[in-house]
Amino acid sequence: MKKWQEYGITLIGIILLYAVLSLLMVTGVINGYLKGVLVLIGINIVAAASLNLAAGYLGQLALGHAGFMAIGAYTAGLFMQMVKTSGVPTDIALVVALIAGGIMAAFFGVLIGIPALRLRGDYLGIVTLGFGEIIRIAIFNLQFTGGARGFRGYPGSINFTKMYIIVVIVLTILFLIIRSRHGRAILSIREDEIASEAVGVPTTFYKIFGFATSAFFAGIAGGALAFYQRMIDPKKFTFMYSVEIFIIVVLGGMGSLTGTVAAAVVLGILNELLHVIDQWRLVIYSVLLIVMMIFRPEGLLGNKEFSFVGLIKWLMKRLKSVEVK
Amino acid sequence: MNEFIQQLINGIHVGSIYALIALGYTMVYGIVKLINFAHGDILMMGSYFGLFSITVLRLPFAVALIVSMVMCAIFGMLIDVIAYKPLRNAPRISALITALGVSLVLENLFRVFFGAEPKKMPEVASLTGAFHLGSITISYVTVLTVVLSVVFMIGLQFIVKKTNVGKAMRAVSEDKEAARLMGVNVNKTISITFALGSALGALGGVLYSVAYTQVDPYMGIMPGLKAFVAAVLGGIGIIPGAMLGGFVMGLIESLSIGYISTSWSNAIVFGILILVLLFKPEGILGKNVREKV
Repeated sequence: MKKWQEYGITLIGIILLYAVLSLLMVTGVINGYLKGVLVLIGINIVAAASLNLAAGYLGQLALGHAGFMAIGAYTAGLFMQMVKTSGVPTDIALVVALIAGGIMAAFFGVLIGIPALRLRGDYLGIVTLGFGEIIRIAIFNLQFTGGARGFRGYPGSINFTKMYIIVVIVLTILFLIIRSRHGRAILSIREDEIASEAVGVPTTFYKIFGFATSAFFAGIAGGALAFYQRMIDPKKFTFMYSVEIFIIVVLGGMGSLTGTVAAAVVLGILNELLHVIDQWRLVIYSVLLIVMMIFRPEGLLGNKEFSFVGLIKWLMKRLKSVEVK
Repeated sequence: MNEFIQQLINGIHVGSIYALIALGYTMVYGIVKLINFAHGDILMMGSYFGLFSITVLRLPFAVALIVSMVMCAIFGMLIDVIAYKPLRNAPRISALITALGVSLVLENLFRVFFGAEPKKMPEVASLTGAFHLGSITISYVTVLTVVLSVVFMIGLQFIVKKTNVGKAMRAVSEDKEAARLMGVNVNKTISITFALGSALGALGGVLYSVAYTQVDPYMGIMPGLKAFVAAVLGGIGIIPGAMLGGFVMGLIESLSIGYISTSWSNAIVFGILILVLLFKPEGILGKNVREKV
């Protein structure tokens, strides 16, 4: 099968999935509440997929993702408030605001990445964690962020369709990065940093590049969250939130974007089912995390990817074997 | 001037608690090269055990302290055997994630059992007074905290330097395989390390909850992180480094609360961590070791 055919099939699959979901919405099977759940799952997919780039592909323990999301959220919100009176169509401004949030997060990603990435995995985790806390404390104490009361009163909102488009675009870009020369350089750092340095990969550059890209998309996820919730609550972006995103990545498989998507969907649904026993929810997740690490450290999908093309090939093979019989 | 001395005293008070907790981090890191994220929660468990010993079992404070330390030592060993031992030869990141998982399990289990609301640590009658030197106040709690920490730190130094167990610990942290060949029981040594670290953590926890008079399931996170920063500051894996780092940390914290801002003091603490890692990642007492292939 040619490459463009594979891309075509994937595109058709994505559109079909959207059509099915919209059909379910029109017929009322997915009600307004479940629609909100879907948008939140979408935000988690973007956040976790971006973290997967830093944690799964680059192999660094990044525990400050909520901090980058907070930067993205506040930048996007402040930007929208600034252009509120300028007469720019809201949806165009929204796209620019999301990108601005991403760029700001990426800027901080570089800033924190340069000192932190000189260190090995476990130190990096602590530095990113500390950085996330600094961001949160700064938001609480600064004037223009609205402090602990939160930030509100900016235009722009996100619905299911917009979120779906954002998820598709972000995942596409991440896939393209990972499949590229740069992606292979990033993977080589995870496999063996010293060896990849020895064959001439500029490891420091690629570590910062991967980290900043990860922060960029985290900023976009934060912006999407700000537009979906219509207000930004600084209490949301705690260490626990970073950990929840990390859990999605680990369960889905470090180094599998489709695994991340699957894990975000599964956990999103589980969250709703476990609402009745909310207290036990985090206990169950964390036990799951430990059990997973001991018995299946590579996650649900490991570093394999699900693809529509693969699904079709598998189905055709099954059909053929049935015919032969 | 008096205010400065008062802040120094406060700093030494919290610093000695951080030093106790930092010892647990540094010992475990030294021996299994793992940041034990759950160590902060050991502190939390220690506080709960102390609280229940005092309020429910009506034990005197000294006995409550010992009960809490023994319980935490047992739990520390259990955590190692259940969660960390199966991952001894796994990639570092798996072990770290497991440690994170253990930390979450402990926090949320205690939240389910005892509720998220902070419980009040009763005041210990024999510790309510204070010394007054002019306008400077040194409470009995401060004196007890500093004295107990120093005594236990000296005790730990004695165990590590002078006993066979300590010799085994040093051998395992130097080279696990070679220690095994010399007849050291590696798993037992690691268990003892966890037990000692957790007992010190529990002591720190009880003293911390006495100082701040409350106990809640998430109380271990912040002091745990700060103690970890202290361990890194002093040079992780080095026992005197953890003590020094703890005191430095406490002083920085109380001086920044006193002279800069209360709400920014945690940010300052993490800022210092980033600066230390940037300029001297091996810590104050550490030696720079090149990584070998």
